[in-house]
Amino acid sequence: MNGILMHAPALVIALPLLAAFVTPILGRFNYKKISWFVSAVFGVTLLLTLLMAGQILTNGTIVYVFGGGEAGLALPSGYTFPIRIIFQIDAMGIFMALITAVISFLAAVYSISYMEDYSGVDKYYTLLLLLATSMFGMELTGDIFNFFVFFEISSISSVALISFRSTFNGEPAEAAIKYMVISSISALMVLFAIGLFYGQYGTLNMAAIASFMQFTKLDKMALILFLTMLAMKSGAVPMHMWTPDAYSEAPSAITVVLVATSQASLYALFRIIFSLYNVTLNTVTVGWILIILGVLSMFIGVTMAVIQKDIKRLMAYHSISQTGYMLLGVGVGLAVLANPAALASYGIKAMEGGIFHIINNALYKGLLFLTAGALFYRTGTRDLNKMGGLAHNMSYTTLFYIIGAAAIAGIPPFNGFASKLIIYESVYQFNPLLAIIAMLVSILTLASFVKIFHSAFLGPQLEQYKSVQEVPKSMVFAMAVLSIIIIFFGLFPNLIVKYIVHPAVMALINQSHYTSTILGGM
Amino acid sequence: MIGEMSRIVRTMTNIIFGFIVVFGFYVIAHGHLSPGGGFQGGAIVASAFALLLVTYGTEVIQQYIAKDLLSVIESTGLILFGSFGFLGISATYFYNIVANSGGLFGSPTVIGVNPGDLNTSGTIALMNIAVGLEVLAALGVIVLTMSAAAEIIQNKEKS
Amino acid sequence: MIGNFPFVAVIMLIALGMYSLMFKKNLIKIAIGLTLLEGGVNLFLITLGYRKGGVAPIYTMAPEGVKMVLPTPQALCLTSIVIGVATTALVLSIAMILYKQYGTIETDEIRRLRG
Repeated sequence: MNGILMHAPALVIALPLLAAFVTPILGRFNYKKISWFVSAVFGVTLLLTLLMAGQILTNGTIVYVFGGGEAGLALPSGYTFPIRIIFQIDAMGIFMALITAVISFLAAVYSISYMEDYSGVDKYYTLLLLLATSMFGMELTGDIFNFFVFFEISSISSVALISFRSTFNGEPAEAAIKYMVISSISALMVLFAIGLFYGQYGTLNMAAIASFMQFTKLDKMALILFLTMLAMKSGAVPMHMWTPDAYSEAPSAITVVLVATSQASLYALFRIIFSLYNVTLNTVTVGWILIILGVLSMFIGVTMAVIQKDIKRLMAYHSISQTGYMLLGVGVGLAVLANPAALASYGIKAMEGGIFHIINNALYKGLLFLTAGALFYRTGTRDLNKMGGLAHNMSYTTLFYIIGAAAIAGIPPFNGFASKLIIYESVYQFNPLLAIIAMLVSILTLASFVKIFHSAFLGPQLEQYKSVQEVPKSMVFAMAVLSIIIIFFGLFPNLIVKYIVHPAVMALINQSHYTSTILGGM
Repeated sequence: MIGEMSRIVRTMTNIIFGFIVVFGFYVIAHGHLSPGGGFQGGAIVASAFALLLVTYGTEVIQQYIAKDLLSVIESTGLILFGSFGFLGISATYFYNIVANSGGLFGSPTVIGVNPGDLNTSGTIALMNIAVGLEVLAALGVIVLTMSAAAEIIQNKEKS
Repeated sequence: MIGNFPFVAVIMLIALGMYSLMFKKNLIKIAIGLTLLEGGVNLFLITLGYRKGGVAPIYTMAPEGVKMVLPTPQALCLTSIVIGVATTALVLSIAMILYKQYGTIETDEIRRLRG
């Protein structure tokens, strides 16, 4: 037990990775059972992540060194510097890993029924496991080159998953090639920025880079590259053109994981800005850049969403708009980072709102995409004009859809309300106009989800959908678990903010703690 | 890639093919001593498959090289790689426990200039072999699949 | 001065790659652009580790008392090359699927997703 806890950071990566390659071999013997095997692996990973979370939130940061006892190497001159690949997991990293674990587990469970009729399911599960591994890697790692490797694995496996259905028609391949080009460019430019760091400081360890950081011209160049490329991967507005295509053409269970992937990129952006640069950069300027990106994403995302007719495309535009809330909250926190009084009075609160919104968005967006997948599973179409009256046949799906829609629109007893309220309150103190825009976007969000509800679920029962039944049990299970978590988060937001979100925010803000965990013992 | 190429090409391929494969395995086995390693060696072996495909055409080669077998080798190589990481789990994941312990690949490793003893480096050599198997199978599958698909497209254009 | 030539080559490769990614419509040319970009970044990494008069960092049969170049950027570069192979293979196979479904690989004709 103690050994498992000690090696949990490695096992979280190693288990899905090994399972990914066992799956195709297992598929030769028993093709039907691999879906259960994969769900079980994800279940174990979720348990490990929970164990780790318990340990980190009570005892503080875990450092796991791969391939040796010590992270550092002592030179003959007595100078020690970190050379090995390490996992440095603080409250923020484990916060993201929890999202990944929950979402990927539920996506696997949902896929048991959803992907039953497809061929090549063993490859689907291999790619899903690889995608989950890469997300864990991006979130847990303390080595910037290791981050790049996992970043590339995530883009390659998600591209293959997006184009999974392209044997039937061309659209998934079209979405996949857009995403592939975008993510290759962003990964290569991230590698270039890593080269800039390595050329100056001669190390790849993130804590060591942070302690050497001087904000020279080259660092500014690296910051610009990281900022644009990671914002592009997380789907912020000027670079959002891949998002609706990729989200709408991927199988629904994958769309849910893609949401988590783009949030992992967002996490990387925050990690680099806060832990690597922190107050050395001009926080007001960069903070306002994040705020402007956020406001643009919120507004353009929601206005584009209102006019869509494809249900998943509509939801994809909403996920752009929700990314805006996170950027807004964290941007306000960054803008006042160098100003302790303002940081204490509303900066930390704004960041709590932004970070809390990450987990809330993953939950309700996941639930909504899963309900869209359930509708597609039974009706075979994503066009809202062709649906109607489905509430008569699919009562559970309707209920889950109402919960998800209410949560994304920010209606009180659900979790969306909790994080949006924190963002409104704190942003209002920073700049009232921003809070008003955020509220306006929330109203438009509600309008477009009422539109889906009206055209897909309400109305008389249509002739062609007379025989439609409720979706199979595994899909209902996945949606039900998400709904329960959403309601729990909505009822006890103070608990979540206090025990999970606040430590994560402090881990981001407190740079010296991040660096001293690695370099302190040397 | 439809049909065979001329007799000259075929004869040369028959002679060179074996050498390329042996060279590929040489690069894999010496990965811990010289430039190269699992990926590079595997890519060299896979290039031999590509040569065969170009020379003899997809249909002939598919009778000799089974795509299923290659997929199994690919998964096996990757599972081996992951499992070798677990060998050192008593310390940490990927800890090189075989090095300097005697036995296969366990001879003491000389720090500094050395004549190059193949029997050193512990799990690194084993992992190179695992990666080599994986890469030769994976690139082989890619080459085979792409040539088969290219053939389908060519036939479609002709009709 | 001559030591900066590799960096000039890096800039040129990246600029050429970006040019073909932005202005070329053919998917094969886009794949070539990605490869050029990757080559530029890899050359940048390799150049970082170069030392004047250094030999390859391999101890087997190495000459005594000669400086070696820094091996870490070479390891990074190898990893990036391996990933680049996977990326290129994936782009080309998706291009193949697109050709099968749409009958063309010109991006301005592959436009069913819009709005």
